[in-house]
Amino acid sequence: MRTSTTLGVAAALTLTVSAFAATADTIKIAFIDPLSGPFAGTGVNGLHQYEFAAEELVNKQGGVLDGDMFEIVAFDNKISPKESLIQLQVAIDQGIRYIAQGNSSGVASALTEAINKHNRRNPDDRVLFLNYSAVDPALTNDKCNFWHFRFDANADIKMDALTDVIAADDEIKKVYIIGQDYSFGKAVSSAAVRFIGEKRPDIEIVGNELHPIGKVKDFTPYSRKIVAAEADAIITGNWGADMLGLGKSVLENGYEGPIFTYYAAADGITAAFGATGEGALRLVAEGQINPPANDRAAAYYEAFKAKYPDGNISQARITNVIEMLARAINEAGSATDVVPVAYALAGMEHESMWGGSVMMREQDHQLIQDVHIHAHTGNDVTFDYDNSGFGIKVEETVTMAAMDSPTTCEMDRP
Amino acid sequence: MSDQITSEPTKPAQRMRAGSMVLPLAPWLIAAVALVVLPFIFTNNSAITIMNQMAITIIFALAYNMLLGQGGMLSFGHAVYAGVGGFACMHIINAEDFFAGLPLPLLPIFGGLFGMGLATIVGSFSTRKAGTVFAMISLGVGELIAACSVIIVAFFGGEEGISGDRTYGLPFFGVEFLQQIEVYYLIAAWLMISAILMYLYSRTPMGRMANAVRDNPERAEFLGYSARWVRFYSFVASGFFAGIAGALFAINYEILTEENLNTTQSGIILLVTFLGGVGFFFGPILGAIVFTLVQTVLSLQTELWAFYLGIIFVATVMFFPGGLAGLLMMHVPAWRMGKIGHLAWPYLKTLGGGLIGSLGAAALIEMVFHLRHASIGDHEMTLFWTTFDSHTVLPWIIAGVTTLIGFGICRATAPALVEAWNEANAAPKVAP
Amino acid sequence: MDLILVNLIDGLVTGLLLFMLSAGLTLIFSMMGVLNFAHASFYMLGAYFAFQISLALGFWMGLLIAPLIVGVLGAGVERYGLRRVHQYGHVPELIFTFGLALLIEELVQFIWGKNQMPYAAPDILQFTAFSIAGNSIPAYKIFMIFISVAIFIGLLWVLTRTRVGMIIQAALTYPKTVEALGHNVPLIFMGVFGVGTALAGVAGVIAGPVLGTFPGMAFVLGSIVFVTIVIGGLGSLWGALVASLLIGWITTFSKAYNLRMEDLLTTLGFTKPEAIADSPWRDLWSITSPQIADILPYILMVLILIFRPYGLFGKRDA
Repeated sequence: MRTSTTLGVAAALTLTVSAFAATADTIKIAFIDPLSGPFAGTGVNGLHQYEFAAEELVNKQGGVLDGDMFEIVAFDNKISPKESLIQLQVAIDQGIRYIAQGNSSGVASALTEAINKHNRRNPDDRVLFLNYSAVDPALTNDKCNFWHFRFDANADIKMDALTDVIAADDEIKKVYIIGQDYSFGKAVSSAAVRFIGEKRPDIEIVGNELHPIGKVKDFTPYSRKIVAAEADAIITGNWGADMLGLGKSVLENGYEGPIFTYYAAADGITAAFGATGEGALRLVAEGQINPPANDRAAAYYEAFKAKYPDGNISQARITNVIEMLARAINEAGSATDVVPVAYALAGMEHESMWGGSVMMREQDHQLIQDVHIHAHTGNDVTFDYDNSGFGIKVEETVTMAAMDSPTTCEMDRP
Repeated sequence: MSDQITSEPTKPAQRMRAGSMVLPLAPWLIAAVALVVLPFIFTNNSAITIMNQMAITIIFALAYNMLLGQGGMLSFGHAVYAGVGGFACMHIINAEDFFAGLPLPLLPIFGGLFGMGLATIVGSFSTRKAGTVFAMISLGVGELIAACSVIIVAFFGGEEGISGDRTYGLPFFGVEFLQQIEVYYLIAAWLMISAILMYLYSRTPMGRMANAVRDNPERAEFLGYSARWVRFYSFVASGFFAGIAGALFAINYEILTEENLNTTQSGIILLVTFLGGVGFFFGPILGAIVFTLVQTVLSLQTELWAFYLGIIFVATVMFFPGGLAGLLMMHVPAWRMGKIGHLAWPYLKTLGGGLIGSLGAAALIEMVFHLRHASIGDHEMTLFWTTFDSHTVLPWIIAGVTTLIGFGICRATAPALVEAWNEANAAPKVAP
Repeated sequence: MDLILVNLIDGLVTGLLLFMLSAGLTLIFSMMGVLNFAHASFYMLGAYFAFQISLALGFWMGLLIAPLIVGVLGAGVERYGLRRVHQYGHVPELIFTFGLALLIEELVQFIWGKNQMPYAAPDILQFTAFSIAGNSIPAYKIFMIFISVAIFIGLLWVLTRTRVGMIIQAALTYPKTVEALGHNVPLIFMGVFGVGTALAGVAGVIAGPVLGTFPGMAFVLGSIVFVTIVIGGLGSLWGALVASLLIGWITTFSKAYNLRMEDLLTTLGFTKPEAIADSPWRDLWSITSPQIADILPYILMVLILIFRPYGLFGKRDA
C-alpha cells in the first residue's frame, strides 16, 4: 500500500503551489477562464486585456490606496464548472479577494453560487465576483446575489437593442431565430420572440429552433430551411465554431439578408468570415472600437496592439471593470474587506473610456451602458480584428440601454 | 492486497490462486491513519479540495477497474453511472422536506443505488456479449445519456446543470458540513468503506469468477457459471460504486453538469485506471493520485500539461502495459530476495540521466511553444525559475545539450541496469 | 419536392465523406482486428497538413501530398507502435489508439494553436454549380462527391481485381496460410494501415474547408465513424458505404424537417398534459427532430447491436 507516501508527496506539491500567498502591496485579481482547450484563444486574449488594463490604467497611474498595485493571477478552468470551483478555492487560499470570469454562463452560475455559499460560510475571507462577459439574464435576476457584479449588458438588454434596429427596418417581414440548445440560446430565442412581438407584431417568425451546442458538423440542412422559409433576417446567439459554421453555411447556400448576432468577432472568426461577412453580419455589443470614441481610446488601443500585435480588444468592458474596481477600492479605503468595496461599486457612475457613461444598477448589480449595433466590414475600420483588414464598426447606438428594465432580483445585503 | 489479479498465461507462476476473504490489516490501517492525519499536515483549503477530488477519483477508478481489470470489459461510457448517481443525489438535496430528515453522510448510499439502478437497466442488454460489442454499446449509451443531459432539462438542468446546498441536511452529531475539512472526513470515510467493500468483492467467488470469465469465458461456463450473469453482476456492482463516487462529487462541489456525464469524463477515467495499472487492486489508486496532481498542479505551471499527459499515457501503454502498479510490483521478487539494494545505484544513474534528459526535452518543447505562440515582441519567458529571452541562441544550446547529455547517460548506463536487474532477479543458487 | 432533392444531395455529401473515413477504418479492422480510435485524428492531420501545404503550393498540391504524408505516418504508427502493443492483447491495442488520439490532438494544438485555420476551398471551385428553387449547390460539393465515388470504385477494383487485393483478402481470413505461401503478412498489415489512414487523410483534405479545420474536428467526428462501421458490419466495405449514406441521409433529413415529438405522441393517442410547464415529461413533449438528429445514429447502433450484433452486412460478430 503505497498510497500513503504518494499522497504525502502529492499534498506537499500542492502546498508549494499554494504557498506563495498574498504579499502586502499587491491587490490580486484571479482571472478564472479557459487557458487550454478549444476556448483557450478567447481566454488568453481576455487575460491579455486584463493584464494590459491593470498595468496601464492602475499601476502606471500610481496604483490604488497607498500605491498598492493590481496583479492579475491567471487560473485555467478549462471551461469546466468543476475545475472553476477548484481554482476558486486555490485563489481564495492565496488570499485573493476578487474573482474575474466571463466565458460561459454555466461556469458563471456555478461560480456565483459557490461564492455566495463561501461568503456565507466564511465571513472572514469573503470575495467579490466580477463577471465581465457571462450574459445569461438569470445571473442578475433570479440567481442574483450581493457579491456578483455584471459589467456586460445581459442577453435581454442586447436583444432589446437589436430588435430596435430590426423594428426600424421596414424591409424585414420574416425573421428566423436559431440558437444553441442551452440556457443562453433559449434566453436569446425567448427574448427575440417577446421583443419582436411588442415592437413589430407584423413581423412573422418563420422559424425558431435550437440545435445541439458544439456538435453540429455541417449546418447545411439548417441553411436550407432558412432559405426555404424565405427569411429576411436571421437572429442567433451562436458563438465560437457554431457561429462560424452557421454563418458561412447560410451565406454559401444562397441566403442574402442580414444576420443579427452577439458574438461573431475576433478570436479568428472575423478573419474566417472575411469578405463573405461584409454587409451580412450585424453584431450587438458594448464598447465602441470603430470609429474610436476619443483620442484616449485610440491611444489605448494602439498601445495594446504594440504590446500584443496578434491580440484584439474584443471585450472593451474590461477597462470598465478595472477602473471601477480601482475607484471602489479607493472609496472604501481598503481592499481586504470586500463589503464596503461592494457597496461602493453598487450604484457607481463612471465615464467609460470607450465613450458614454455607465452605471452599476444598485438593485441587481447589472451595469447599464450604451449598447451599439456594429457591422462587420472592411471599409474604414481604424482597428481591425485578427489583423485581417476586417473589423466591426458602430452603426447605431442605444444610450443607457434598458435603464428602467424590470428585474426579479431580491438581494440579501450584509 | 498486492496479489496479482491479472493472470498472464505466459507466467503460470503468477496466476492468481483462489484467495481468502481475510483482509490483510496492515496496509488498510496505514491508509486509514494516513487519511486521518493528512489534513493536519496540509491545512489549507485548496490542498483539502484537491485531496477530496483525489478521493472521489480513486473510488470511481476502483469501480471502473472492477470492469476493466477484473472483468476485462472495456467501457467507454462509465461516467454516466457516476453522473446519474450524482444528479439523483442533487435532486435529493433539493427535495427540502426529505433532505431535512436525512443526515448527509448517508446520501452516497442513494447515489450508489441510482447508479446501480441504471447499470441494471443498461447491463441487462449490454453484458450479453463481451469485447467490442460491449465497448460499442457502452459508447453508444454514454453518448445518448450525455446528449440527453441538454435535452431533458427537468432532470439534468441543461448546460448549467443543477446545484444545491448540502448544509440543509439533518445535522450529523452537530456537524453541518459547512467547512471543507468536514466534507473531507466524510469523503475519506466513504473512500475507506468503498475500497474495503470493493476489495472484498474481488475476493468473493463472484469476483474470482469475473477473472475467469475475462480470461476464458468458455471454460468458466463449463464450471457452471453463466459468463453473461457474471459480467452482469460485475457491471451492476461497478455501477453502484460509481454512483457513490458521483454522490460524493455532488456533496463536495454542490453542482453537477453535463461534464459529469460526457465521453471526455469517461475517457479520463479509462486513462486514470490504465495509467495506474489494471492488473492490481491498488493500481487505480496510484493512477487517480498521479492524474489529479498532473491535472491540478502541473496545469498551474504549464499550458502544455495535457500534451505531457498524452506522452506519458502513450508511453505507458507501449512500454509498461501494467501501468505504474505493474512497474512497482516488478520489484517484488528482488525485494523478497533482499537484492533490491543492488538496483539502487544503477537506477539512480539511468533514471537520473533520463530525468535530466526529460527536463531538457520539456524545456525545448516549452521554448518551441513560446517561440511559436507567444505574442510577437514577447521574448521573455520563465522556465525552471529562470527568466530568459527565448529568441537568443544560448538557452537553446543549454536545453539541447542538457537533453543530449541526459539521454546519453541514460543510454550508456542502460546495459548496466539491465545486468543489475537480471542479477537481482536471478534465483539464488542452491548449494549442492 | 425540390427541397427533398436538395437534401438528398446534401445527405449524399455527408454520407460519402463519412464513407471515406469508415472505409479505411473497416479495412484496418477486418485485417488486424484493431478498432483504431485514432482514425479521425489522421483525418484531422490530413486537413492540417493540406492547409500548411496549400499556403506554399496551393490546394491541389495539398490534395496530392498531404494524404501521402498521413499514410506514411500511419504506417509508422503501425510499425513502431501498434505492432509492439499487439503482443499485450486487444484491450491495450484499443487503449493505445485511444491515447494516440489524445496525443495527436494535443500535438496539433502545440503546432498550430487552438484557433480555427483559414483553410479555404480553391478559387476555381468557389462558384455555385446550380440552384434548385433558390438553394444553391456549391461546386465544391460536386467535387467532393466525385472524389469519394472515385475512391470507392478504385478501392473496390483493387480489392477484387488485382493480385494485391487477392492477397489482402486471403490474409483477412487465413493469415497463417498466406504467410506460409511466402507473403510478408506484417508488411501487408503495415500497408493496409497506411492506406487506411491515407484515405482518412484525403477525407480531411477535402472536408477541412467545409467543416472547418480546428483542433476539435477529430473529436466531433471520432465516435460517429465507429458507429458507422458497427452499423454497417465490421469489416464490410459495402456495409460501410450503406451505413455512411444511411447516417448522412437520416441526419440531414431530420435536421431539415421539424418533426415534433408532440405530433408523434398525439398521433399515438397520448394527450398533452394541461400543465405542461410543471410536468416531468415537458422535455419529452418539446423534443424536435433537429434537436436529436445527431444522436439518432447512436440509437440506431445500440438497437443494431442488441438485435443483430454483426451489423447490416457483417459476416461475423463484432
